[in-house]
Amino acid sequence: MTIQTVRNLRRTSQVVFFLIFFWLILKTTFEVDFSPTGASEIRLPYPVSIALELDPLAALMTLLASGTLYKGLLWSLVILIPTVFLGRFFCGWVCPLGSLNHWLSAFRSERGSRRGKRLLESNRYKPYQRIKYYVLFFCLGAALLGSLQAGLLDPLPLLARSIGTAVLPAIHTGAVAFASWANGTGIGPLGAAGDLLYTALAVTVLPFRQAHFHGVVLLGAVFLTILMLNRLYTRLWCRGICPLGAMLGIFSRFAIFGLQKDEVACNSCNRCLIACQGADNPDVGSRWRQPECHVCLNCQAACPEGALKFKFFPDQEDTETNPAGAPKVDVSRRKVLASLASGLGAVLLFRSGDAHAVNRSAKMVRPPGSLPEDDFLGRCIRCGQCMRVCPNNALHPTQLESGLEGLWTPYLIAKIGYCEPTCTLCGQVCPTGAIGELTFAQKVGDQDTPPNRIGTAFLDRGRCLPWAMATPCIVCEEWCPTSPKAIYLREETAVDRSGDEVEVKRPHVDPALCTGCGACEYACPVWDRKAIYITSVGESRSETNQILLERQASSS
Amino acid sequence: MERRDFLKKTGSAVTLAVVTGTTGLVFHNRETTRRSASLTKTVDFEVPPDPSLPILTSASNTDPVAALSAALDAIGGIRRFIHAGEAVVVKPNVGWDRTPAQGANTHPALVSEMVRLCLAAGASRVMVADVSCNDPRRSFLRSGIREAGEAAGATVMLPSEEDFAEVDLGGVVLKTWPVLRHFIEADRLINMPVVKQHSLTRCTVGMKNLYGILGGRRNRLHQEIDQSIVDLAAFVRPTLTVVDATRVMVRGGPQGGSLDDVRIENTVMCATDQVAADSRSVEFLGLSGRQVGHIALAAQSGLGSLDYLNAGFKEVV
Repeated sequence: MTIQTVRNLRRTSQVVFFLIFFWLILKTTFEVDFSPTGASEIRLPYPVSIALELDPLAALMTLLASGTLYKGLLWSLVILIPTVFLGRFFCGWVCPLGSLNHWLSAFRSERGSRRGKRLLESNRYKPYQRIKYYVLFFCLGAALLGSLQAGLLDPLPLLARSIGTAVLPAIHTGAVAFASWANGTGIGPLGAAGDLLYTALAVTVLPFRQAHFHGVVLLGAVFLTILMLNRLYTRLWCRGICPLGAMLGIFSRFAIFGLQKDEVACNSCNRCLIACQGADNPDVGSRWRQPECHVCLNCQAACPEGALKFKFFPDQEDTETNPAGAPKVDVSRRKVLASLASGLGAVLLFRSGDAHAVNRSAKMVRPPGSLPEDDFLGRCIRCGQCMRVCPNNALHPTQLESGLEGLWTPYLIAKIGYCEPTCTLCGQVCPTGAIGELTFAQKVGDQDTPPNRIGTAFLDRGRCLPWAMATPCIVCEEWCPTSPKAIYLREETAVDRSGDEVEVKRPHVDPALCTGCGACEYACPVWDRKAIYITSVGESRSETNQILLERQASSS
Repeated sequence: MERRDFLKKTGSAVTLAVVTGTTGLVFHNRETTRRSASLTKTVDFEVPPDPSLPILTSASNTDPVAALSAALDAIGGIRRFIHAGEAVVVKPNVGWDRTPAQGANTHPALVSEMVRLCLAAGASRVMVADVSCNDPRRSFLRSGIREAGEAAGATVMLPSEEDFAEVDLGGVVLKTWPVLRHFIEADRLINMPVVKQHSLTRCTVGMKNLYGILGGRRNRLHQEIDQSIVDLAAFVRPTLTVVDATRVMVRGGPQGGSLDDVRIENTVMCATDQVAADSRSVEFLGLSGRQVGHIALAAQSGLGSLDYLNAGFKEVV
């Protein structure tokens, strides 16, 4: 097999893994079949979280922060153990964000800023590449204190989150807008083209209905910035920032696969440098950096003289003009310790601030089955899978609602969508167990098990139609899904403006029965600020965030 | 400055100024409202009345399909209502993510039988549609209606945003409202409600079931619920109303959730008069039509007979 064949294999591998990843995100949606009489539980047909479970960084960080390796995260060893022997093959062959960066880097700037000599220079190893190790150690420090921050920059959750909550919904909006504009022009073929484009997208990538996510502008802007960074340097993100790349770099310390340079054959044409993805100094005369190398094999394929060769147990001997490869990462112990300390310190700041405990936002209604807040923050990698799979568009990435510490973790906005009582999909797709898997009985409750509660509903009597305006409504009671209903009505006499007595049915909430699903808030016709709303108090996951002294064991 | 340069520069500046100014003037105070009602007529799916036949029939049988055929035969059979080549839309209640046994949605066996009968009568196509309250995917699946409809050969339509048309319903409180297009584009409409308790209207049967053709924020209609139901019933006149009283939700409506909320009645009714159908159905809830605001109002508005016994009621066994 020639090196060109191997390089084509790598290109194929990148495309295949990217498509698998993208397909899994598309399939993280409710489109399942089930028989109404058979299983009451709705399960997704594919193990859609598998791509995230392959993530060694998510595995390491959740292990440190929670003390356990959740379910499918053991799959990450499939990546990590080969890395010990082969180096960062994941970055060059598998990582979907890496591949995206790779492809975008391939566009050459017209002004020549990344051509020829300048491109060549930009592909030499640079000190900025150390930043990713400091990012990693910052995240490690935070994880040691139980706060999982790696998910913000971990490429797999980052890509899943960005595609799922920003890119796909934006495409959806665009396709609808284009079709509607095209039809509005009154030009037949244009309208047909708009419809065709929309239909094509609808059957391939768009979900059943347009999703709208909270605060995705920042989230999308971060993603866009990461992609744009490729204009500055080839794969700048992968080289300089990615904490997963840093982790895999460290695990490449004892790799037995590496680059062997033939000083005699080399004629210093530097084509290897032009093609280099990792900026690991593949050229003869520079010190090759094993932890930076993505094992893309471009250098070997580009070398016209056959001077570069990737092989097991490469001969790497120091000579005066050709230094041997360096297996160790190029960081200073002091800065590593400082990064670790910053991570620890950041958590101390997060937790000593008010948002974490004493002044937690009432809006922080977490998905059903979520762990208690401390454990939740130690596991959530912010991949957005729960938000994407939620059939009601109820789960959203936070901005600052749970403090800076919880940026982009999921919370429920009942005004947009409520928690479907019989649905357990978010727990099924959560790769780290931040949202635990609930059985059907645990979700809705039965004789022995109380239902899972995510909060409690409260009435705003100043806005509620029967309370404030002597007008009939009761939509909240109609939508209340518990049986018997947690929202009950009392026929009461109101006095209207002209002084006449009007009989109205006024809603009341029984907190002992309310599960906090938010269906009432969703359905309330007082559209802009709901007259009934849920807050997190009473959530099953917390022992302290409660109102009632004792909850009824089960609805009877 | 050369003359050529002078002309070029001045010419460009003047052109830009003129284009800018013209744009401003052209778009100044331009009318930009685009939404408008596309339809104003009453949608009447009824067949001509036949005085020799009852307006309401009722049949009881532990087999819902047998009850349906008995009730349908007594009111003239399917061929009275569906003719060759007609496009039919069947409108069951698929409001909620509930199983058939929980009684919140129409019995799937009745839906599939109705679809089969329509196709056998020569309908060009049969569509099953409803605007669910809960997520339509879940509601249509768990109710068993997607499976039942598709197995019988119907197209089961889960509504999406593009499927709604702004329609002027011409009611007292129901003015312009988004309506699921399939309902106004069909030739025949079979309304297939289920009988349930409801805290505001006291019941939800036939006329209330027609809410399910509306999109938009229909929860607001609760403020004038009786009038809005009657407005809708005046706008849409179904060909046939098939009431599923096989299970009746006597409390906790319209969603229920517990089998304790449901009473087994094993009854199916067919009606050409929706007021009569509703009036008979609420008796399962211990009410009479007179006691139910929207039913009484509908009768008053001349939409049908409250007193179904004298208007032509036939009970078959």
